[in-house]
Amino acid sequence: MTINETQDEIIEEFELFDDWEGKYEYIIDLGKKLAPFEEQFRTEDHIIKGCQSRVWLHAELNGDKVVFTADSDAIIVKGLISMLVKVLSRHTPEEIINADLYFMERVGLQQHLAQTRSNGLASMLKQMKTYALAFSALKN
Amino acid sequence: MMTTTSAVSFDIERIRADFPILDQEVNGRKLVYFDNAATTQKPVAVIEALMNYYRGYNANIHRGIHTLAEKATADFEASRRAVRDFLNAPSAEEIIFTSGTTMGINLVAQTYGRHFLKAGDEIIISGLEHHSNIVPWQMLAGEKGLTVRAIPVLENGELDMETFDTMLSDRTKIVAVNHASNSLGTVNPVKEIIAKAHAVGAVVLVDGAQASSHLEIDVQDLDVDFYAFSAHKLYGPTGIGALYGKRALLEAMPPYMGGGEMIKEVTFEKTTFNDLPYKFEAGTPNIADVVALKTALEYINSIGKSTISAYENHLLTYATEQVSQIEGVRIIGQAKEKISVLSFVLEGIHHQDIGIILDQQGIAVRTGHHCTQPVMDRFCILGTTRASFAFYNTIEEIDKLVAGLHRVKKLMA
Ligand SMILES: Cc1ncc(COP(=O)(O)O)c(C=O)c1O
Repeated sequence: MTINETQDEIIEEFELFDDWEGKYEYIIDLGKKLAPFEEQFRTEDHIIKGCQSRVWLHAELNGDKVVFTADSDAIIVKGLISMLVKVLSRHTPEEIINADLYFMERVGLQQHLAQTRSNGLASMLKQMKTYALAFSALKN
Repeated sequence: MMTTTSAVSFDIERIRADFPILDQEVNGRKLVYFDNAATTQKPVAVIEALMNYYRGYNANIHRGIHTLAEKATADFEASRRAVRDFLNAPSAEEIIFTSGTTMGINLVAQTYGRHFLKAGDEIIISGLEHHSNIVPWQMLAGEKGLTVRAIPVLENGELDMETFDTMLSDRTKIVAVNHASNSLGTVNPVKEIIAKAHAVGAVVLVDGAQASSHLEIDVQDLDVDFYAFSAHKLYGPTGIGALYGKRALLEAMPPYMGGGEMIKEVTFEKTTFNDLPYKFEAGTPNIADVVALKTALEYINSIGKSTISAYENHLLTYATEQVSQIEGVRIIGQAKEKISVLSFVLEGIHHQDIGIILDQQGIAVRTGHHCTQPVMDRFCILGTTRASFAFYNTIEEIDKLVAGLHRVKKLMA
């Protein structure tokens, strides 16, 4: 699936919810189901500090695809992370660098990407792109 | 509707009508504003004072001889006298306008501290301080080779006064503590701290950012050397505050910033500084906000501090009872005397998740470390959820908070 196909799929899923509670229940559920983060990566250099919650991010190259794994100590952020990972993971560095992320706005969650939320999510997204850039530079 | 408590009766509907911002919906719900310790909302009178100033008599003060400048100057200086009365300071010359508490503390650190302290001297702060009453002293300490020590905090959120006694010595030169804690609500025994610090020859700065809107402040009764507060936490505008300092200290201190207003005469060889308080007010001040600060103080006085604190205590007691009953809640900060701040953790749920779900229900609380990381470290937590109440809040709103927290628990289960 392309990055945009995954985004469209998420947008479709969110269309099922007609109130905030259903939406957040779903995000919380995604958070709970996020694949466990490998403890060896739970280190200072994998941490993205927000003022409120902490986010850990690891990236590695598998063939020509970047694989992201991540975690947070707050469950809603973890659910949001799960969506970002689902959208961006297992794509080439170039695809990630050029990705236009529109799904957060379309499902009404863009406020969580605002810097003021200081939850590390905006920094995490930036960090994902930085990893992609680094892998792309490595390849060329 | 009249809200009646044992000690107070006032028309809450009328008071709420003075605060237009409260009458709005957030995420489809009626706003419940419980972030008053961060900043309070402004009554119409304050908003109008700002507008009237800019519409009617904006002019630079102290120098013009035209009518507008005279009116602006008169209102500006009237506000200084209102602050004097608010703090019961001996004279208006001891009131310096600042941008807020943070600037007041930095001013004292950089003038009194830098001028009078020397290597080996000690500054005592407390484990309850806001970062703005920690960092200025650390910066000074780093520059001058001083030591900064913190009074420990007891399990109930009160200061460990026995340990404080043992920390005092002739090396102690400054004691800087808050009158009330923003993260736990603890009201500190500042009068006792001041007396003990004076006994070893130290001067005391009290950070009144939180206390000034809740408690009666009397700098003469406290015998405090410096008292700092911010207008935005007492229903006034942002970007303005005041520092009270004892005349003898202010006179002995060098100026903070150089510029216009703070000088008497300038030649290239030598400048003589202006008298108090202008020596510490370089440049064109924040005239509009100073003028509106007076209106905010008048508004508070029209209700009365004792009425305010009685009603707010009533809200705090009710909220503490109700929130404590929620399974898994641990209240952080159970001092005997508190301002209306309720900080708590909910077992197994991150404070940020609580904040997001409450916000969905239109309830504004603060989550995180509240700029008091040492307090969080002390209680081995990363942050709390903090609901802080003002006199325009109601019991019904607290019920909404409790219902909202039950909803958080249900969603997270
Ligand atoms: C206890 C305390 N001290 C100092 C400050 C800093 O105040 P300001 O940011 O208005 O300078 C605050 C504000 O949160 C506070 O609560």
